[in-house]
Amino acid sequence: MLLQGSEIVVRTLMEQGVDLVYGFPGGTVVDIYDALYQHQNDIRHVLTAHEQGATHAADGYARATGKVGVCIATSGPGATNLVTGIATAFLDSVPMVVITGNVALDNIGTDAFQEIDITGITLPITKHNYFVSDVNKLAPAIREAFVLACSGRPGPVLVDVTKNAQEDKTEWEQMPPAASEKTTQRYLREELVGAAEAINTSVRPYVYFGGGAISCGAQELIIELADAIDAPIGCSLMGISGVPTGHPRFLGMEGMHGRLASTLAMRESDCLIALGTRFNDRATGNRSNFKPGATIVHIDVDVSELSKNTSDSFALAGDLKVALQELLPLIRKRARTNWSEYVAGLRAQEAGVLDRREGLTPRNALLALGEHLDAATCVVADVGQHQMWAAQTLRFERPRTFVTSGGLGTMGFGLGAAIGAAMGTGRRSVLVIGDGGFYMCLNELATAVAERLPIVVLLMNNASLGMVRQWQRLFYGGRCNQTSLAGRKTDFVMLARAFGADGARVESLDDLREALDVAFRAQGPFLIDCAIDADELVLPMMPPGGTLDDVFYKVGE
Amino acid sequence: MTCSIRLVSSMERYTFAILVRNQSGVLNRVTSMFRRRQFNISSLTVSETESADLSRITVLFDGDEQAKQQLKSQLYKLPDIKVVSELDREQTVNCELLLIKLANSSAAARNDILDAAGAFEARVMDYARDAIILQLVGESRHIDNFIDLMRDYEILEICRTGVVSLQRGSAVMRNAKRL
Ligand SMILES: Cc1ncc(C[n+]2csc(CCOP(=O)(O)OP(=O)(O)O)c2C)c(N)n1
Ligand SMILES: [Mg+2]
Repeated sequence: MLLQGSEIVVRTLMEQGVDLVYGFPGGTVVDIYDALYQHQNDIRHVLTAHEQGATHAADGYARATGKVGVCIATSGPGATNLVTGIATAFLDSVPMVVITGNVALDNIGTDAFQEIDITGITLPITKHNYFVSDVNKLAPAIREAFVLACSGRPGPVLVDVTKNAQEDKTEWEQMPPAASEKTTQRYLREELVGAAEAINTSVRPYVYFGGGAISCGAQELIIELADAIDAPIGCSLMGISGVPTGHPRFLGMEGMHGRLASTLAMRESDCLIALGTRFNDRATGNRSNFKPGATIVHIDVDVSELSKNTSDSFALAGDLKVALQELLPLIRKRARTNWSEYVAGLRAQEAGVLDRREGLTPRNALLALGEHLDAATCVVADVGQHQMWAAQTLRFERPRTFVTSGGLGTMGFGLGAAIGAAMGTGRRSVLVIGDGGFYMCLNELATAVAERLPIVVLLMNNASLGMVRQWQRLFYGGRCNQTSLAGRKTDFVMLARAFGADGARVESLDDLREALDVAFRAQGPFLIDCAIDADELVLPMMPPGGTLDDVFYKVGE
Repeated sequence: MTCSIRLVSSMERYTFAILVRNQSGVLNRVTSMFRRRQFNISSLTVSETESADLSRITVLFDGDEQAKQQLKSQLYKLPDIKVVSELDREQTVNCELLLIKLANSSAAARNDILDAAGAFEARVMDYARDAIILQLVGESRHIDNFIDLMRDYEILEICRTGVVSLQRGSAVMRNAKRL
C-alpha cells in the first residue's frame, strides 16, 4: 500500500514486534509522532523528561527482557542528547534501535536549524547507522537495523530519517521480521579438541563468564562445564545474575572490586576458561601481568575480542552456547579434590574478612533490601561505590535481574534504566543509586510518576561522590577535591513528593527496614534517602594499574 | 593517516585489500575505525571495481601479528565490508603512481633529470620553460629510489597515489569466502 514515510517508520516498528518506545518529540519527528498518534493502540510511547532518559529506559528494557529497546528523538539537540545513552548500550552490547529525525535533504549540509550530523557523531558508538533521505530506503534500513542490533554481539543501531523521507510516499508491505543472522563457529575441530585437552589436563581450572553468557542464555551449560571439571565459577560485573548467587560453585564478581575468594581463585588457577567476556581493564587490572603462564581458553561471539587484551592460548570465536555444546562431550568428568578444598578454604577466608559491623553500613542496608527481593525482581545499580556494594552483596536467582552500566560506567543511567526494567518486566523494579548519580537523572522521576511505575529507589546518600573520594583518600593524599556534596541542602523526600512520588529519610537500620516495608507496597515510585557514612570504602580493591597480586582487603590495621 | 612509528619488536608491513559496499560514507567508517583504534596506516587507496556495487580499498598497515588480527576482525565488524584479504607480497602485483614536478632550471640539471627518467622508465607528462612533470609507475621501492635520486635537483611538488594490488593468477577476491 502507498504510505507516507512517517507511517512506514511506525508500521515497520510494529512489524518488528515493537509495542513500546521511549522518546521526545520535536520539529523533525513530528510526522512520526503523528503516525504514532494514529497507532497509539499498537505502540505505547513513553515521554521521558530528557532524551538521555529515553535511551537509558530503552536500554534497561532491553537488558531486563532480552528484546530490542527502541527510542526516538528529534534532530539537533534531541539527537545529541542521545549520545551518552547510545554509548552506554554500545559498551555493554545491548540491542537497541534508535530513530532520529533530521532536516529535509535540501537543507542537509547547510547548517540548517537543528541540523546535526548524528550519523557522524555516533559512528564509533553504534554497531552501524543509517542516514535515510529516500523514503524507498526507509523500511529496508529499519529492518536491517533490527537484524543487526541483535545478531552476533548485540548493540545499538541508529536510523536517521530526514524530514522529506518522512513526508514522501512509497509502497510498503508488511514483512515477517527477519531472523537474526546465524553466528558461524569460526574455529577448527583441532582447536576445540586442543581447548578440551587443556581443560582436561589442568589442575586448577577456573570458569569465568561475562555479559555474553547472559545475552546468549548459556548459564546452564556454564554450570554443566564447571560441574564436570569440578571448577569454581566467577564472573565480571556484567555477568552478575548469570549464575544464581547461591550456587555452590559461584564465587562472585571478579575485578577491581572483586570478591576475595573469586579474586584469589582466579589468581591461583592454571587454566582460565573465559566465556562471553572481554577482559576489560577494570576486570583484569594491569593486562601485561594478567595471569602470566596460565592457559587461557577464551570463547566469545566477537572475534575481535579474542587475544585483544590477553594472550589467549585457545581462542574460539562463535556462539557461546553452541561452542559449549560442542566442547562438553570432549570434557572428561573428574573431581579435583585438592583444588576444591583450596577453594573452600578461600570461602572460609572470605567469611573471615566479611564486614560484620552493626548499624546502617552499606552492606547491612543492601542485606535489608535483599530481604524484599524475589527471584524475578530486577535491580538496577547506578555507578559508584553503591554499585560495587550492590554487586558484591545482593543475591540473584535469574539472569537479567541485575542491570548496571559496566563498560561506560554512566552515572545517571539508573533511573531511566529502572523505568525500562519495570515496564519490560511488568513488575516492581529496584534502583540502587548514589546521591551524585541521582542528581544526574532525577528528572525522570516525573516519567516514573506519570507511568505510575512501582520503582523502589534506594538512594545511598553519602553526601559525596564516594567512588572518586575513595581514590582521593587512598591514592591522592586525602585531597578530596570537588567530591563533597555536603554543601547541597536538597531534601530528597520533599523532592520526591514534589514530583508526585513518595519517600522517606532513614538514618538507622530499623528506619530502613520500616521504609522498605512501605516502599515495596507503594503503587508508584518510592524513594528511600538512606544515610551512608562518607568514609565507607569499597573493598577489596585492586589499585588502578595493579594486578591480582596487589589486591588489598583492608585499609589500615 | 597516522604515521607515528610505534616501537614494536615484530613490526611488519602488511597489505590488505578490502571490498566494501559502494556507498557514501563507507570510506569514512573504515578510516574512522582506524583512527579510533590507533592503527598505523601508511597508505590507503580507494577505487572502483569490476562490480558497480563494490569499491576496493587497499591498505598498507604496519604492526605486529596481534594488531594485524585486530585490524582484520575490526574490519569484519563493519557491515559495509564484504571481503578482507591479506595479500602476500610474493603472490601479488603491487604498484603505485608518482607525479613529480621538478624545476627546469639549467641545461645540466635537465639533462640529468631526463637521463634518470629514461633509466627508470618515467614519462614526461608536462614540459614547461621552468618546470618538468614526470610520471612513474611501479613498485613503491622503485618510486622511493627515484624520488631519492631527484633530491639532487629542485623538487617543486610530489603526488603519489598510494599502492594498489592484485593477486597473481586467477584468484578473485570477490569470490573469497567471508570469514
Ligand atoms: C557521567 C559520569 N561522570 C563522572 C563519572 C566518574 N565517577 C565515577 S563514580 C563517581 C561518584 C559517584 O557518586 P555517587 O553517585 O554519589 O555514588 P557513590 O560513589 O557516592 O556511591 C564519579 C564522579 C562517571 N562515572 N559518570
Ligand atoms: Mg554518593
